[in-house]
Amino acid sequence: MSVVFGQADQLLDWSWVERNIGQIVDRTWEHLTLTGISVALGLVISVLLAIVVLRWRWSYPPITGAAGLLYTIPSLALFALLVPFTGLSQTTAVIALTSYTLFILIRNIVAGIDGVPAYVKEAADGMGYTPRSRFWRIEVPLALPAIVAGVRIATVTTVGLVTVTAVIGLGGYGFFILRGLNTFFWTQLIVGVLLSVVLATILDLAFVALQAWLSPWSKRRAA
Amino acid sequence: MAETDVMIRLQSVTKQYAGTELPAVGDLSLDIERGEFVTLVGPSGCGKTTTLKMINRIIEPTSGKILIDGVDALSMPAHELRRSIGYVIQQIGLFPHRTIAQNVGTVPSLLGWEDSRIAERTDELIEVVGLEREMLDRYPSELSGGQQQRVGVARALAADPPVLLMDEPFGAVDPIVRGHLQQEFLELQRKLGKTVVFVTHDIDEAIRLGTRIAILNIGGVLEQYDTPTEILSNPANQFVEDFLGGERGLKRLGLLPISSADIVRGPVADRTSTAEDARAVMAEHEVDWIGVLDGDRLLGWVEASALDGADLSEVEPRPFAVSLTADASLREALDSVVTGHARTAVVVDREGKYRGMLDLEAISEEITE
Ligand SMILES: Nc1ncnc2c1ncn2[C@@H]1O[C@H](COP(=O)(O)OP(=O)(O)OP(=O)(O)O)[C@@H](O)[C@H]1O
Ligand SMILES: [Mg+2]
Repeated sequence: MSVVFGQADQLLDWSWVERNIGQIVDRTWEHLTLTGISVALGLVISVLLAIVVLRWRWSYPPITGAAGLLYTIPSLALFALLVPFTGLSQTTAVIALTSYTLFILIRNIVAGIDGVPAYVKEAADGMGYTPRSRFWRIEVPLALPAIVAGVRIATVTTVGLVTVTAVIGLGGYGFFILRGLNTFFWTQLIVGVLLSVVLATILDLAFVALQAWLSPWSKRRAA
Repeated sequence: MAETDVMIRLQSVTKQYAGTELPAVGDLSLDIERGEFVTLVGPSGCGKTTTLKMINRIIEPTSGKILIDGVDALSMPAHELRRSIGYVIQQIGLFPHRTIAQNVGTVPSLLGWEDSRIAERTDELIEVVGLEREMLDRYPSELSGGQQQRVGVARALAADPPVLLMDEPFGAVDPIVRGHLQQEFLELQRKLGKTVVFVTHDIDEAIRLGTRIAILNIGGVLEQYDTPTEILSNPANQFVEDFLGGERGLKRLGLLPISSADIVRGPVADRTSTAEDARAVMAEHEVDWIGVLDGDRLLGWVEASALDGADLSEVEPRPFAVSLTADASLREALDSVVTGHARTAVVVDREGKYRGMLDLEAISEEITE
């Protein structure tokens, strides 16, 4: 044990942290924007695809099949595939990261809408909702907890995946991790990993709060 | 009956679900008059819900015609038709993400009422169905089953629709609460005068609530359509007889008010009477007890043996367990006769003044005749 403690002093070099605070802030921003843009874009695409699925049910297996296939491609391989077309750019990173969110988001949106009980929909019809107003005012609000849960998982996953984009010169905190590995300077590695985990945790908790705020009616059941 | 009195008319209506051999409802014709309370009753799967849902087009008939207040239900957009028909579904179906106030205000809001008018109507209705105003801000999951059913009824009444469709609205609550809800809804309906179609598989509920009962058999076959009294006295066939079950006499008594029987003064005397006078009254009625009056109130009863050497005023009378008003049913009166010590049902008016008594003979005369 004493050996580990002895090394700990050298592992975390606080003076490095102080000297590089500006860069840490920059990389935090990069990490957040990559995550935010990718999840937001993923959500827009998923909503559109989910609407297609809800209208034409037969399209569900092919659409989730394709999204699932994307999900299984190793991220490094996906970057390698994209670089010839979009270069070592943010576009490459966003395309890859976005494609990883689709599977989770589409499934959660469709499951959320499907989870609205048939008798609630029937009651809505009986009250005189048009099909469109029933969808937006009854089904969507009731599906929101499931949809937000999907966005939450997608976001946390993306925060982790962003670090991989370090291989194409981006990476947010991944930048520190990669450089730490290359230079055997552990402080960078540890700072990169820790901050990434902290960011994921903060966003996770934020979405839990958002979920509770968006669906006060399910508070009691969740408690 | 005049043509214009028909509020809902089913004309040879048939519903055949896809992939089934026999129609769920086959060639059903039924006229429901304005202000009538029709109960649809029959065994599970006989097509009650299907019939009800065809009236507001939740289910489209395969063939036949449905007229509502003389207008073909198919001649207008379904959502417009439905906004003028109150609907209480079998599973209650409140919107979980909306407060009770928002649930009740659903149809008025769809009709574009102003917020202040909706709020006023919601406040009014929550009281009509016997709930507290403080519940308006709660969510459905924070209410008991019985309270949710009341909200379901309030929601259906919100825009004051002339027609009300109810599918086993009191199904999900225990028998005691159901009894309360039935009673309250009957009183409410007397005030509102809606045309109600009410589905139930409970024949007692159908008898208690309906001005007419439609008894359906599997396949939506109409076996009998008549007033409760008529159905109980003259069941059309074996199916109806079986469905009515036992105790038809008791069920008929449940429909007759006490006022339809001969109420007699009974063995009573004022509390100032002497033991002598009291004994004379008992002898006259051939009983061994006497009711004690204080002016126009009946205080209770006294046994003959308690009067040995004592005047009526010196003995503490034992109270009658139940006093009934004249609009209570003869069935309740019978219950009071067989469970009470004195073998009699005491009848009072609304202010509690003594009106008279009924004994077993007076009650049984009403069904044996
Ligand atoms: N969507 C459907 N598809 C096929 N068959 C159906 C459908 N809905 C109902 N049925 C069938 O139609 C018949 C009548 O059903 P309905 O729901 O009207 O019965 P009910 O009298 O309301 O019964 P319960 O008292 O159990 O509610 C049943 O045999 C049922 O299985
Ligand atoms: Mg039913």
